[in-house]
Amino acid sequence: MSATTEPVEPATEHEVVTLADTLHETHGHAHDGEHIPKDGYFIKVALILAFVTALETSTYWWPDGMKSFATPALLIMMTIKFFMIILIFMHLKFDNKLFSLLFYIGLGLAVFVYMVALFTFQFFRQ
Amino acid sequence: MAIIERPTDVPATLAPAGAPVARVTPTTSLGAFKRPVSSTGWKSWVFTVDHKKLGIMYGVVALFFFLVGGCEALLIRLQLAAPDNTVLSAGLYNQMFTMHATTMVFLFVMPMAAAFANYFLPLQIGARDVAFPRINALGFWLFLFGGIFINTSWVLGGAADGGWFMYSPNSSGLFSPSHGIDFWVLGLQITGIASLVGAINLIVTVLNMRAPGMKLMRMPVFTWMVLVIQFLLLFAMPVITVALFLLSFQRNFGATFFDVNQGADPLLWQHLFWIFGHPEVYIIILPSFGIISEVLPTFARKPLFGYKFVVFSGAAIGFVGWGVWAHHMFASGLGPVSVAVFSVATMLIAIPTGVKIVNWTLTLWGGKLWYTTAMMFAIGVIILFTIGGLSGVTHAVAPSDTQQTDTYHIVAHFHYVIVGGAVMGLFSGFYYWWPKMFRRCLSERLGKWNFWLMFFGVNLTFGPMHILGLQGQPRRMVVWPDKLTGTGFFNLHFWNQVSSVGAFVIALGVLIFIINIVWTWKKAPIAPLDPWDARTLEWITASPPKEHNFDRIPTVHALDEFFHRKYEEVDTDDGPRLVKVKTAEEVLAEEESHADTHIHLPSPSYWPIVLAFSLPIIAYGVIFNRLLSVGGAAILLLAVFGWALEPSVADDSDYDPPADDGGNTKELATLG
Amino acid sequence: MADIAVHDVASQSHDAGGHDDHGDAGHATSTGLSNNKLAMWLFLGSECLLFGGLISTYMLYRGRHGSGPGPAQIFDIPLTSVSSFILLMSSLTMVLAVNSAKRKDDRNTNVWLTITALLGALFVGGQVYEFTAFYHEGLGFTSSLFGSSFYTLTGFHGVHVTIGIIMLLALVFMIQRNRITGDKAEVVELIGLYWHFVDVVWVVIFTLVYLIPA
Repeated sequence: MSATTEPVEPATEHEVVTLADTLHETHGHAHDGEHIPKDGYFIKVALILAFVTALETSTYWWPDGMKSFATPALLIMMTIKFFMIILIFMHLKFDNKLFSLLFYIGLGLAVFVYMVALFTFQFFRQ
Repeated sequence: MAIIERPTDVPATLAPAGAPVARVTPTTSLGAFKRPVSSTGWKSWVFTVDHKKLGIMYGVVALFFFLVGGCEALLIRLQLAAPDNTVLSAGLYNQMFTMHATTMVFLFVMPMAAAFANYFLPLQIGARDVAFPRINALGFWLFLFGGIFINTSWVLGGAADGGWFMYSPNSSGLFSPSHGIDFWVLGLQITGIASLVGAINLIVTVLNMRAPGMKLMRMPVFTWMVLVIQFLLLFAMPVITVALFLLSFQRNFGATFFDVNQGADPLLWQHLFWIFGHPEVYIIILPSFGIISEVLPTFARKPLFGYKFVVFSGAAIGFVGWGVWAHHMFASGLGPVSVAVFSVATMLIAIPTGVKIVNWTLTLWGGKLWYTTAMMFAIGVIILFTIGGLSGVTHAVAPSDTQQTDTYHIVAHFHYVIVGGAVMGLFSGFYYWWPKMFRRCLSERLGKWNFWLMFFGVNLTFGPMHILGLQGQPRRMVVWPDKLTGTGFFNLHFWNQVSSVGAFVIALGVLIFIINIVWTWKKAPIAPLDPWDARTLEWITASPPKEHNFDRIPTVHALDEFFHRKYEEVDTDDGPRLVKVKTAEEVLAEEESHADTHIHLPSPSYWPIVLAFSLPIIAYGVIFNRLLSVGGAAILLLAVFGWALEPSVADDSDYDPPADDGGNTKELATLG
Repeated sequence: MADIAVHDVASQSHDAGGHDDHGDAGHATSTGLSNNKLAMWLFLGSECLLFGGLISTYMLYRGRHGSGPGPAQIFDIPLTSVSSFILLMSSLTMVLAVNSAKRKDDRNTNVWLTITALLGALFVGGQVYEFTAFYHEGLGFTSSLFGSSFYTLTGFHGVHVTIGIIMLLALVFMIQRNRITGDKAEVVELIGLYWHFVDVVWVVIFTLVYLIPA
């Protein structure tokens, strides 16, 4: 069950341009009112991801003064890319919330237990 | 009586493998292998995807491994019955306690819970099978082959000897050069796949295949506990998978993960193992919590007290259980901060468990108690698990644990909770559900002997271990020396003897159980449909249930739906009273009179057993000859593709109804 | 995947009431969601714990390389960033394949699936080249803890990619021969989920293993 707009049918003979119609330009609709973004939308997302990747790679060449910011910057960029792929490419944003719940439980547990374990190894004390 | 359809046109003969396949519709098979069709005989068991048959197979094999693990335990207790004993050599003793634990945990308790879950979960939610029947079958065969594989190590150079927790660097090839640990690692990888795919299967089943009206908060507690367990398995199995891969890469391919000379940290293994290991112990106990949550209300003739609390506390235990694993590592050098945090977390987890104990006790309070064997085992669980839990609380307190760890005090704790809790709960399930599965009730007379021998036996065996531990007897030591026995009441000598005698008392109880099974098979009368006046949906079926479980999927209106169909509250002069308005037979008859006209059941398949068979071959190859692995991998690939190409829904596979004259067998309509 | 069908309408579940209530081959499910899709997301949730364990092991051991080469000495960031970009683009082509499948356009679905598989193969090829180069520079699987952990983590990832490529090609074959049982678009979507997840794991690996300064 998609959490987005239903297919819009014109209520009168004159078509009313609604927000849904605007969304139609970037998002198509299949049967059952399922929400599918059009190809162009995904290409835009891919370009953003490529850009962020280039930014990440650029840290390799950052001068020493900036290098100390590299780690937090990289972690932020990694997280942005991670969630863009999960939410958009994998459609989690548009799908039933149960899928999100099931996946995030696994993700959350993984992050929690492994960070705690690394903590006991004094990993974060550098 | 449901009318099962025959196909009106049978497809023409299929093209043999290799012939050009021009236009094949998805519902016909590729033709190289015809789908198995028999519904009787050994083939109907080997290729089955029916959850009930799989449940029975899980149970039979698990029971067999229970006896194997039990013999291993008796050998241990024989060795420890006297000081400086020579029944087992040191090397053999190490193998014995390793395999005893491995067998009991992975090859008995977990699969036995799977047996009950497989058989009864679909029935309890009003489904006709699980979401992925072939995967269900795969799980069983992986368990069977994995279990056999591990145990062949006994005759192929010696079994694993590093303890079931397999601490490094002790587990490396340097300290354990035989192949035993390799068998252990690979065998657990095989059975681990079964647990993982089984977890996915059952979660999807519970979420998606409930009968109309079966809201989540109307599901029986057993189903709820199984659901929590599947989430624990889903997320814990990958962690031990990582650990097992790292160990096998070290032992077989020269990796350095636990090589201290290269700078490895032995605690890496401990963390990975116990991050799995602690959820694992909840995986062990929660099925029994679920079982007794069914048994106690039935035989107290009262609904479960605080259903919501029991459900939520089960989920809480599953959740908080992820935060306590390092309480197995208090003495390993973690440092005071980590120890303190895990100590507090461990104490917290006693709370939801305590909630359950309170709810079970209040279920009994004021009830009209019927002391069947199932009930007595269930009450036994409450008592023995509480005792085990009390010693557990002392372990949670890190300072006292520092004395207790690696001693028999710990052995006492976990055996009380596992044998007294999990195993007795499973026995409660046997006696409760036997009439549903096999049309006969187990003998109550033999059952009472079974119970009391086990109850006394558990206390006799594991009670003294509290003393032995506090007196300093360490775990995993092949002998306890005479000169350290001590004098006075708490000497090691006397209590070790008592403990060993107790082990044989338990064995006697188990023997009585086996005798009970045989006696019941041969001599017991047919049981009524609803011998215990039960409350949940699985009892609105024939005994044993028909292949399709329900003639009509029941519509659920309340928790304890079956109970509410039999009883209604009626206003009398003395106030509202519960009056029986329908018998179980009448409830069933009403469902049968509205039988569905078309029922499709999932078709049997070769691929689960073929796929499962390929994995031990690969494993033997890793240990002995890599060519074997290549062969096994080829079979694996074949099985995966065969499975993927096999139609998932064989529309033409319907069963003929059994003829009233007992003439026709139930044959699948052939595909051609 | 097999499922149980009941065609007797009177007893069918309608309390889900959603649009996409086909569990499998047109049968209603309690949540209204597909069995297979739920299964895939559950599996991916569990894979987080698998890769989390391997990543943690690597993070613990990345500095333990004795006198052998360490991350700073051995990594070729420009090369690996090209590989990463390729894998990222394969995620895009995978999405385009899924979209084509939803539009019931078999031909384009297969085109995009094939391109995805090719890009994936290019990625794996890059990994193989990289590992060979590292090996010749003195970093073997058994050389040091860093070596063992690095090859194990990236190796597991590479195996996942390879299995993905096999699944993609098998899917192309099955679509061509019309051998998909059940909902074709959903099968493509599910393989897509797997593929994206493998990509997302690489997003994490690329940062934590290669880019973050040791």
